[in-house]
Amino acid sequence: MSKTVLKVENISKQYRLGFVGTGTLSHDLSRWWANIRGKEDEYLKVGEVNDRTKYSKSKYVWGLKDINFEVKQGEVVGIIGKNGSGKSTLLKILSRVTGPTTGSVKCKGKVSSLLEVGTGFHPELTGKENIFLSGAILGMKKQEIQRKMDEIIAFAEVERYIDTPVKRYSSGMYVRLAFAVAAHLQTDIILIDEVLSVGDDSFRKKCLNKMQNMTKSGQTILFVSHNMPALQLLCRRGILLNNGGLVMDDDMRKVANVYLNNEGTENKRIKNIKTKNDGLLISYFSLEVEKPGVNQPIHFNLSLSVINDKLLKLLKDGLALIDLYIDIHNSIGSRLISLRHMGVRIQQSESLIKVTLENSNLPKGNYSVSLNLNSVIGHLFYSSNILNFSILSLDGIDSEEEWLGFRLPSKLSIY
Amino acid sequence: MEKKDQWDTVILPKINPFDLNLREIWEYRDLLLLLIRRDFVAMYKQTILGPIWFFLQPLLMTLVFTFVFGNIAQISTDGLPKVLFYLSGITVWNYFSNCLTEISNVFRTQVHLYSKVYFPRLILPLSIIFSNLVKLGIQFLLLIIVTLYFYTKGIDISLTANILLIPFIVLLMAILSLGLGLIISSMTAKYRDLVHLVAFGLRLLMYISPVILPLSALPQKYAIFIMANPMTAIIETFRYSLLGTGTFTIEQLMYSICFSLVAFIVGLLYFNQTQQSFVDTV
Repeated sequence: MSKTVLKVENISKQYRLGFVGTGTLSHDLSRWWANIRGKEDEYLKVGEVNDRTKYSKSKYVWGLKDINFEVKQGEVVGIIGKNGSGKSTLLKILSRVTGPTTGSVKCKGKVSSLLEVGTGFHPELTGKENIFLSGAILGMKKQEIQRKMDEIIAFAEVERYIDTPVKRYSSGMYVRLAFAVAAHLQTDIILIDEVLSVGDDSFRKKCLNKMQNMTKSGQTILFVSHNMPALQLLCRRGILLNNGGLVMDDDMRKVANVYLNNEGTENKRIKNIKTKNDGLLISYFSLEVEKPGVNQPIHFNLSLSVINDKLLKLLKDGLALIDLYIDIHNSIGSRLISLRHMGVRIQQSESLIKVTLENSNLPKGNYSVSLNLNSVIGHLFYSSNILNFSILSLDGIDSEEEWLGFRLPSKLSIY
Repeated sequence: MEKKDQWDTVILPKINPFDLNLREIWEYRDLLLLLIRRDFVAMYKQTILGPIWFFLQPLLMTLVFTFVFGNIAQISTDGLPKVLFYLSGITVWNYFSNCLTEISNVFRTQVHLYSKVYFPRLILPLSIIFSNLVKLGIQFLLLIIVTLYFYTKGIDISLTANILLIPFIVLLMAILSLGLGLIISSMTAKYRDLVHLVAFGLRLLMYISPVILPLSALPQKYAIFIMANPMTAIIETFRYSLLGTGTFTIEQLMYSICFSLVAFIVGLLYFNQTQQSFVDTV
């Protein structure tokens, strides 16, 4: 069994909210006073769970709370979580940019971190000079950089501009060069924060390949990213953080599923949305994908309550029929799929409508769903972006196929 | 169970301020050199005069001082040619003042580096000390040229073996400015008011140092203030060792040495304690 190279024990990190810098002197004084009297630091107690959506009166918050895990040599771990869940804070503590409030981190070997692309680049210096500087800041020796210089320049594909100050570079060239330096870093443990998404498509692919090679070379790597497909491709183990706490530490695929489902629950169920005429209640609208991966059936569940007697009578009598539109948009908002069921007849005050899209053929990516209900007596309901979901390609290969398809047959059933 | 020494790095909430980890700084020496080079190269890139600016700045300041303090206010220059007197003072003062200002602000101005990647935090203050040393070297060259000019014109300047004291003086200034700078930077990470205080204080300090007023021309009742300035003995000793004119006693020099050492040690310990988490407050 390979040995443990990173051990995180009870790491917590407390942050002060609001204006840091005002009143710190008085807080410091009262802290100091409490210390003298031998009391517990009162500011360490008031911190609470970090949920950015809830307003809290406390001025201190736990950005991380009691994180424990171990990483073995050669393991590639993906750290995922919502914005503000503490991923970056964790990485900052591991990379020693900031210290923990409590707990300890022990590591074996040299740790390097890549929290940002282009750290230490100076706009006035040439590409070559910046390779040296940036490399040295990341912890490389001058000789080491010298040795890898050609490789780095070739990787970045900026040979022609290498003696030009980087301020003249296009932003794409800049990040290419910056990433190239970082990608050639060789240390025992590497921490990488959301830097996979740089450059154009071809460069991204190159980066991903490079990362894959890195994972195979026996380096221990910790990734923080929102890019689930990339993480599933690179990592075997995943750690899920939520509100500063460690929620799950398991196989990457399982963790990603839990994360994506949880992520969904935030917008999955919509309760008690009353439409304009107050006649219709949508108690929930949800989406299920049986298995992650492309070409999986997608089920939409819509629960409708008709609370207006007049509307109910019209619907029951078949005088009013509901037109149902479910549209799936890609991440840039273009409509890719439109599911239409015109003239749906509703017989009860409570009905569950299921729409199944057998084979979406959607390529991997992030999608949003809009729901539109219409009838002859007027517009009943509309919400764009009512649900969000992601399609993952489990084989990890980017399918570059253009997606062609408009209306697809789908099944409708009412219960 | 596991032994403690099997880990290479242990991150704890509080750093032991006495654990300076000098070996790590040594491992990052390449970075130190590259940073010094960066400062130097970046400073004169895209300027027409380039490194000449290093000469121009003290020269212009000397001319202004010669005109205002020497010609209008008629302040004594210790029997030295006015230009030489002011230039020598300004050269050493600039080194101290630039180092101190830059180091005091290092957490604020370099937060983009500090907050993104780990390297021994002391590397940046050290790089400031050394890049200013390069600048001092160039300006010292100017001072030598001016001195030789006056020497050839027959002005009595006794070039003696005392000149060997100069490296020691420079070292002393480096230690003093590093020490004070580290103390202030550690404090400014949290209390930003100090930024303004430092800029103002340094200007004030120059007026109560022998940059303008030689100790020999000082009224006795004010002497205590000027003596309290640790730079006083440093400037006087510098003038003495280069130009043969200057008033200093061993006691005064000892005071400056002790002051510098204390500031250095306190600064180093304080900085070491602050460095781990200043990113959260700066």
